[in-house]
Amino acid sequence: MIEVDARGLSCPEPLMMTQAALKKCKGEAVKVLVSEAHTKSNVEKYGRAQGKEVTVTSVGNEFEIVLK
Amino acid sequence: MNVCSSKKTLLFSGVILGVIAALLAYFGNPKNMAICVACFIRDSAGAMKLHQAPIVQYFRPEIVGFAGGSFLIAIATKEYRSTAGSSPMIRFLLGIIMMIGSLVFLGCPLRMVLRMAAGDLNAYVALVGFVLGVATGSLALKKGFSLGRAYETKAASGAVLPIVLGGLLILSVTTSLFAASTEGPGSMHAPILVSLLGALLFGAVAQKSRTCFAGSIRDIVLMKNFDLLTIIAGLFVVMLLYNAVTGNFVLSFTGQPVAHSMHVWNLLGMYVVGFAAVLAGGCPLRQLVLAGQGSSDSAVTFLGMLVGAAVCHNFNLAGAAAKAATETEAAAAGGPALPGKIAVIGCIAVLLFLGFCKRKKQE
Repeated sequence: MIEVDARGLSCPEPLMMTQAALKKCKGEAVKVLVSEAHTKSNVEKYGRAQGKEVTVTSVGNEFEIVLK
Repeated sequence: MNVCSSKKTLLFSGVILGVIAALLAYFGNPKNMAICVACFIRDSAGAMKLHQAPIVQYFRPEIVGFAGGSFLIAIATKEYRSTAGSSPMIRFLLGIIMMIGSLVFLGCPLRMVLRMAAGDLNAYVALVGFVLGVATGSLALKKGFSLGRAYETKAASGAVLPIVLGGLLILSVTTSLFAASTEGPGSMHAPILVSLLGALLFGAVAQKSRTCFAGSIRDIVLMKNFDLLTIIAGLFVVMLLYNAVTGNFVLSFTGQPVAHSMHVWNLLGMYVVGFAAVLAGGCPLRQLVLAGQGSSDSAVTFLGMLVGAAVCHNFNLAGAAAKAATETEAAAAGGPALPGKIAVIGCIAVLLFLGFCKRKKQE
């Protein structure tokens, strides 16, 4: 699984990093770490739009999103 | 409720924002400046005597409401998060730059859309510049531009700006410490409670819907995503209808309130705003909303805009509104004077340097 650490980055960097990771590892799951609620919903929505199965887990004040 | 989950809810959010803007215009805010974040920060800077331009001094409750609405809804929905540390001084500079670009054009991206809805063709020229600026900023992001990470800080840090703004509003209402225009745009305003309540709701809706004028175009350029544009479309349609019904829609370059037809400078002014907003992660409105939900970095950008407004009026960088001839005065074409033109070129040079100077791409 490829891990993308986008915590603390401004929009739209987390989404761009997710996009790049999905492009790079076709078929492989991608784990994205984000810290803001709006970033979490953006990545979640983007993953769904790409036809991925999306799982979101809260880790303390941050979020872990897995796109399969 | 996830407001961003469908285009319908986003469009509805835009309609609410449009209705609030229309109500504020109806209740006394300048007609095609119903809400302008840049102009209102400029008026508030004037009220605090950071500049001395007598026609643009009024402590706008809307500025307090945008940050306050975002602050309250973020706390209520557990989205408040106190953060800082993402290149604050570059953000301060970007705040100043956004304000210079806005005041050369005479409006932030929000007012640009409101002016478009009133038929002001100068705003359509500015839109071309804004889109080009956002596209240039997006290219910088693609090439690896980043202001770096923000980190969690003491919870109180993120609350400082909304609380201080609230305190300043109380001072502006209960004392005579602040200046207030008796003529010009600064003298036109809705009653304080209407402004504050409208702006609190506006700030809350903007926070939940992630409204951002620069982001709406940036997301199309980078992601082919039209979600944020849906909000702007809702706001535009409501204001278009309001202007049509109230007879304020006039399709023209000339005769528009608080505007000028110096096309090159309208275009370049908003180019600067679009470019700087993408580098800063959001337009002036979005910066206030992010500051409200706890970002000290966006609060610093706001301080940059506040200082930028003072700089614009103290050093004659702001564009002047065009004036028709009167019995005593000749007509004036308006637009920026030489210092303003030099400042815009300087801002573009700084943005190109910041955006494209060599750096390691972040992995």
